[in-house]
Parts: sequence; structure tokens; C-alpha cells
Amino acid sequence: MSGILSIMLIVPLVAAVACLFTTANNARWIALIATLIDLVLGGVLWANFEIGGPQWQFVEYTPVFGRFAWALGIDGFALLLIMLSVFLMPICIGASWTAIEKRVPEYMAAFLITEVLMIGTFAAQDIFLFYMFFEAGLIPMFLIIGIWGGANRIYASYKFFLYTLLGSLLMLIAMMYMSITAGTTSIPELMEYDFPSGVQTWLWLAFFASFAVKMPMWPVHTWLPDAHVQAPTAGSVILAGVLLKLGGYGFLRFSLPMFPEASAQLIWLVFGLSCIAVVVTSLIALVQSDMKKLIAYSSVAHMAIVTLGLFTFNRQGIEGAMMVMLGHGLVSGALFLCVGVIYDRLHTREIDRYGGLAINMPKYAILFMLFTMASVGLPGTSNFVGELLALMGTYQVSTLATLIATTGIILGAGYMLYLYRRVVFGDLTKDDVKAMPDLNKREMALLAPIAAVVLWMGVYPESFLAPMRADVATLLARIERARPAGDSLPTPGNPAAAKAAHAPEHKSAEHGAAH
Amino acid sequence: MDYGLQLSMVLPEIVLSVGGLALLMVAAWGGQAVTRAVSWVSVAVLIGGGIALTGNASSGGLAFDGLYRADLFSAYAKALIFFAAAISIIIAPRFFARTSSENLRPEYPILILFATAGMGMMVSANDLLTLYIGLELNSLASYVLASFMRRNVRSAEAGLKYFILGSLASGILLYGISLVYGFSGTTVFGDIASAYAAGENMGLLFGLVFVFAGLAFKMSAVPFHMWTPDVYEGAPTPVTTFFASAPKVAAMALSVRVAIEAMGPVTSDWRQIVIFAALASIVLGAVAAIGQTNIKRLLAYSSINNVGFALIGLAAGTAEGVAGVLTYLTIYVVMTLGSFLVVLQMRDADGQPVETIASLSGLSRTRPALAAALAIFMFSLAGIPPLFGFWAKFAVFEAAVKADLFALAAIGIAASVIGAFYYLKIVKTMYFDEPAPAYAKGDSALEGGLIAAAAVFVSPLGYLLIPVLGAWSMAAAQVLFRTT
Repeated sequence: MSGILSIMLIVPLVAAVACLFTTANNARWIALIATLIDLVLGGVLWANFEIGGPQWQFVEYTPVFGRFAWALGIDGFALLLIMLSVFLMPICIGASWTAIEKRVPEYMAAFLITEVLMIGTFAAQDIFLFYMFFEAGLIPMFLIIGIWGGANRIYASYKFFLYTLLGSLLMLIAMMYMSITAGTTSIPELMEYDFPSGVQTWLWLAFFASFAVKMPMWPVHTWLPDAHVQAPTAGSVILAGVLLKLGGYGFLRFSLPMFPEASAQLIWLVFGLSCIAVVVTSLIALVQSDMKKLIAYSSVAHMAIVTLGLFTFNRQGIEGAMMVMLGHGLVSGALFLCVGVIYDRLHTREIDRYGGLAINMPKYAILFMLFTMASVGLPGTSNFVGELLALMGTYQVSTLATLIATTGIILGAGYMLYLYRRVVFGDLTKDDVKAMPDLNKREMALLAPIAAVVLWMGVYPESFLAPMRADVATLLARIERARPAGDSLPTPGNPAAAKAAHAPEHKSAEHGAAH
Repeated sequence: MDYGLQLSMVLPEIVLSVGGLALLMVAAWGGQAVTRAVSWVSVAVLIGGGIALTGNASSGGLAFDGLYRADLFSAYAKALIFFAAAISIIIAPRFFARTSSENLRPEYPILILFATAGMGMMVSANDLLTLYIGLELNSLASYVLASFMRRNVRSAEAGLKYFILGSLASGILLYGISLVYGFSGTTVFGDIASAYAAGENMGLLFGLVFVFAGLAFKMSAVPFHMWTPDVYEGAPTPVTTFFASAPKVAAMALSVRVAIEAMGPVTSDWRQIVIFAALASIVLGAVAAIGQTNIKRLLAYSSINNVGFALIGLAAGTAEGVAGVLTYLTIYVVMTLGSFLVVLQMRDADGQPVETIASLSGLSRTRPALAAALAIFMFSLAGIPPLFGFWAKFAVFEAAVKADLFALAAIGIAASVIGAFYYLKIVKTMYFDEPAPAYAKGDSALEGGLIAAAAVFVSPLGYLLIPVLGAWSMAAAQVLFRTT
């Protein structure tokens, strides 16, 4: 089976080149077929992934670059995120089928290149190969936002590019230091290497600069709403669905196992920023009048729960964070598609321009309801599992952080239901809204698979927890030595203090007895 | 040591000088008619010079009582210089044929040959006087080249500016050389190094500062960069192409040799100068480029910016750093040649050259392949992976990190984001904006082929060259450290 990862990279790459030399319609079909082939290959990958087997599977190693190597291989985390990417990709192509009319070949090529780079980022086992894939993703995304985006697309594309570039470059310096000090560029070997704890802090901060921007964490999240609002629908789907997961994946792959002590020391920073993010961005989301912006801010809030979960140093937290990442990838992707569906009909994202869609678009109303509920974290949907686990994990470390973060769930219910009420319920008064047809077959075909997986994850999460179980155990064993003491563990009380408190009494009693 | 052996070490320069002189005679009698033939023969002479590098010229060692050194380092730099010079000759005839005012005269390739011979001496110099003579031979030819379109006011202005400021810089350099000579009693690099190693000496220190100031002018590092944008803008585009590639390599390689071989013992002293020049070049090259509307001026600032990055490798002061500089220069030369080749394609419907960035608007729709090539060069110059320009930056920054210059590496790399902004501006103009009037159709398969070859080199395929490039640049760098 070795070589399958390279094939998964080569298929979309070849298709991307082919797209550039053909007509619009051919490009659409080439892109769809290539992404479907990758989906099938992803299925093969999952079917052949040996749960509980070796940590790194499907390993490939070819030292063609001298200083670093073409090294690929995946563990459970990478497998799940690759599955998420290959699952969302055909849906993105489908969502752009009619919405994109100009320069279709270039558009499809940019998406296929994005797919190559995303799979490459998750599969890379060499730290510089990882960096190349991680950073190269900026170029196609810059072009997607800038060429096919909305009115203010140029500002958004610059902001996206420069923000994320600045974050990543410091990480590059840290990576160079690590590879020089440890004498290897292999990620699995670096995960075993112990850096001195003073150095760890600096390295951790350099990586944090990059991943916090990618994640995005408050206060460096401001590129996200702009990028989302201006990007075409499929661009938003891929941005929210997969690119935001690169930050979480980075924390999981680099920050935690490579710098456990620094992670433990700076837990306050992560928890503090995450708690602020949950409350602040949820409140911002409440007052948005633009649908995409609202969902973008909700993404920041959800990602804050991911960062909380990741830095809990316990099984529930880390598994929960991964589940939120997967669930959020599907649900926010689906929500952006839902926005895209009505945007294609009315060409506005103003919430107030809609209303009463339940009357003339019943199928749409049902699916939108499902994804709204999933985003809120209703039991039975994907996000419930993840959020519950992540918050349970957090509770073991900091009750205060959990208290604050959980208000995000309530606020989340507030802004999502408020959005749903304004768009779908109410009276159908506007003439142009009345004229909107319900979902067509293509749109159903895009949304139905996501709905199915969202329910699958909610009802039987074991399918998704199983592949990463062994990897979570490995990670926990690695970071155990730095695990911070929680504030919510049952304590045996403090007998010494109790005794001291009672001592004078005894003394006086003895005194009394002596008399 | 017998003269035959010594002459075999300078064979590349002999080939270039004799070839240039012979062609000068041909041009004097043949006149305008022989231009094309002289151009092609000049390219052949450069190739011959390249072949001559393979013999004693790359391994001979010291020649002429220590005035001249033939080693791998100089051979590496010369190979790059000859390559860039040959490309600059190849692209010239069509440019001049298209501009109505001036025809290409046969002196153009000959001047480039002389300049190249001077650059060959620069990178092989083992003595301050060889250095100065090589530098002046190169500079004099360059002054003439800058004003080669003599009826064009901007070209004449470029030549004059270049000459005045260049002479000033030569004066500064000579003053530095005289101080070094006065306080060390020698002009040979190895003996100067011994004098520096002997102890602190204020006169030698002043000499060092002046020498570096003069060299900074030649490689257009901030704060001695002022001439660059004006000269690049005013000079004919093929000449600008030449200025941005070959002399940069020569000046950079020369500075590396002076820094390591002559002033190696006082690395900590010149490192401060180099660090300042590097960071100032990166920041100023990036900030000043943002407001430019002329593509040649923009590329001039881009070259200042790039010199800054290459200097980071020198600041490391190690073999890795020097190898990084050589890697950087190699990739930089290809990116720059590619960019200027694209600039040469920018002609309006009448065939007249256009230089405004605004005219690139919507190029991705009128000339998709050309736009893609320029986008590749821009992203590569910005150092975005997976393009090969990233590897150039990687090499120098890794050397800096290895030398424990963390602050320099962090600030330098953060400043590269500013640079990314204006490279993105070009990409934005080509891809996001509405199309401007289309350029005239490309009429040269040769130039198209060269652009394609350069684009493939800086594309991710270039990474396959890393093992070779790394080994060669490292071997070339290590010869500088064999004695010190």
C-alpha cells in the first residue's frame, strides 16, 4: 500500500495541469473526477489503516532534496483530517459548478492545487516538507479570494496572505533551529527529541505565532471574517472546513509532543485567549447582519474550544478537540453551502433581505435546521460529541475556563437560532424571496452527504474515535511528565490544616483537663 | 612557478580579453553590419571562457606572486557571471531592433565582454590592487553601457549618475585600501589577515569600514543604494538585466572573499556593518518598492532587497553562510533574468517598450502564459514555497541560525513580509484587475524559451537540484576557509 499517499497527491496535481489547457466544461468534469478519485483513494486509505497498528502507516521515504526528504506517512490524526479534506473537495467542486462562470479552468486548477497542498500538509513527515505544503497553500487561496471573490476581495486577499505569512516565517526560523540542534528533519524523530525547557518556550512561541494565526485565535483572527465574506462559497467551505484545521493539527503534531514543558507553562496563555475568544466572538456573531460573517465569527468561537481541548493534557480534551475539528469542518462547510444556496438565488448575504423561507423552500429549511442544530451542539450531531468531550477535559484542568467556555455554547445557540429565525421563519413578504425555488438535485447531492456524516458522527462517534485512540495514548504518554495539576480533582482534604485549626481547642481542653 | 601554469589559471580572463579585443577590431572595420555576428561570437567567447574554467582556473591556487587566486569559489562565481552575461547579450538585438530610435551597435557585446573580464578578476582577486583594477574595468564598461542609447535622455542621465556616484564610491574604496595598506604594509589578502589578527588597530579598523562602504556601493546595499533605481530605470532594459545579474554576483563574491580571506580575523567587527547593511537593505528595498509605478524601478528595489538577504549569509561568516550566499546568488540570477525577460515582452501594439506596472493589468487574460511566468518569478522573489526562491532564503537564514544570529534571522525574515506585499501587487495587477490593452504578440521563440526555462528552474522542480547545488556551493565555500 505504500505509495498511495503520493498517488493521492499526484492525481489532483495532474488534473490541475490538465484543467489549464481545456475548456470550462471539461475543466469542471476533470476536477470532479479527480477529486472523486481522491475520495475513493481516501476510502482505501481508511479501509487499510490498521487501527492499533504501528503509529506511522503508509510510510514513504525518498531523500531527493538533499537537505530534506520526500517523507510521507500518516497516523490516526492525519488520516481523519485527510478524510475530511478529500470528502469536502468534490462538494466544493460541485458547489462551484454553476456559481463560477468566469475563468473556470484556472479556478478548478487552483482548487485541485489546494487539495494537493492540504493532503501534503497532513501527510508530510519531514518538517520542511510540512512547511512547504503548509505555506504554499497561501498562493492558491490568495488567487481564489482575489479573482473570484466579492467586492472587497483585494483587501481580503492581501490581509489573508500577509497575516498568515508573517505568522509562519517565525516558525520557519524555529524549525531551522530544531533541525540543526536535533540533527534531523524527520517529524517522528523530532517528536521524541527533548529540547531544553528554556529553549522550548521560544520555540513554542514561534510555532504559536503561526498556528494561532491559522487557527485563528483571538486577537489574530481578524483576517478570517474578511477572507470568508469575500471568498466564493467553495472557497469559504475549504477555508473553514480544512485550512482552519491546519492550526489545530500543528498544535497536535508540533507544539504538544515537541515542547511539552513549554505547553504546560503557557497553558494560561492558551486558556486565556480561548476564553476571551469564546465570549467575545460569540457576542460579535450575535450582532452581525451578514450571514457569512456570522458563521465566520462562530468558527473562531468553535476553534477556541479546540484549543482549550488540545491543551488539557488529557484524553477527553484531545479526543474532543479532534472531534470538534472534524465536526466543525463538516458543519461550518455545510453552513457556508447553505448560505451559498440562497446567495446564488438572491445575490445578497444580508440577513434582513430574507425571511419565511420555510414556506417556499421546505427541503432547504430542514437541512439548514439540521446544520444549525449541529453547530449549536445538539446531542445526536457531530459537534455535541466533540464539545462535550473537550469541555469535560477542560474541566479537569480549569473549572473557571470551563465555566467561561461553556457560556459560548449558550451564546452559540443564541446567535445560530436567531439567524435561523430571521432567515427561515417569519412571514414570506418579499416578492423576490417568494420567487426562490427550493433545492435542486445538485444542491441536494452536495448537502445530503454532509448531513449523513454529521448524524453518523453524532450517533456513532466510535468510528472516528477508534483510529486516533492509540495516537492519543502515545501523545499522552509523551506529555505526561509535564501535565499540569488540575483544580477540579477530588482532594483528600487537608488533615494537617484541620488539625492545626482544632489544635487550640484541644489545647484548651487539655488545659481544662489539667485543671 | 612557470608562466605557462600561471597563465593557464587566468585562461578565462585571457579568453574574454583577447576575444573582446579581436571583436573590437572586427567591429571597427565591419561597422553596423556585423552586429549580429559579433553578438553570437561574443556568446561563443563567453562559453569558451566557461569551458576554460574547468582546467587550472578552478583549482590552480595562487598565481602571480599572490595577486590572483584561481579556486573553486571564483570558478563558481565566474560560471554564474558568464551565464548572466551571455543571456544579456542574447536578448539585446531584438530589444534594440524594436525601439525605433537606436540600433544595436556591435560595441554592446564587446563592452559586456570587457565588463565580464573585469568581474572575473574581481572574484579571483587575492590582492587589493587586483581587486581595484578588476572593479574599475567592470565599472568603466558599465558606465558606457548604462548610457548606451545615447540619444535617449534617460539613458544618458543614467550613465552620468552611475559614473559620478561610481567614481565617488571608487574613491571611498581606494581610501579604505590606502588605509589598510598604510597600517598593514601589504595589499595581499593573506598578509592583511595576519595584520588584523595581530591586534586592535584603529587605522586598520577605519580601512575596513571604508572598504566595506565602497563594496556596499558596488552591490547596491543600503545606505549606498541611491544610484540603483535611477540607473536601472534609465538604462536600456537588456543593460538593466545585465546590471541586476552579473555585477551583483561579482560584487557579492568579491565582498565575501575580502571579508573572509582578508578580514576573517575581525569577523565580529565587519559583521556589525554587514548586519546593518543587510537589514537596512531588506527593509528599505521593500518599503521603497511599494510606491513604484515603473516595473524597472520596482525590480531595482527588489534587487536591493535581495542583496540584503544575501548579506545575511555573509553575516553568518561561516562556510555554510558563504555556501548560502552562493546558492542565493544562483537562484537570484535566474529569477532576475526571468523577470527582466518578461519586462522585455512588455510592448504596446506598436512595438514600443512599456514600463508601467499598470500596463500589466489583466495580463492573465491577454497573455496567460506570460502572466503565469511573471507570477512564478514574483512569488519566488517573495520567497514563498514551493517556489525555488524560498530555498535561496532558506539557505542564508539557516546559516544565520546556525551561527546563533537568531535576532538577525527573526527580524530579517519578518521584514520579508513587507517585500511580499509589493510582489503580490504585481500578481494582483495581472490576475485581479481588468485587462489593459494587450501587449504586442511575442515574436521571439528564443526569449519565450528562455522565460519558460527560467520558470521551470524556479518551479518546485528546481528542488531536485538541491543536492547538486548544495554540494557545489559548499565545496566552493570551503576553499575560503582552508587557511584561516
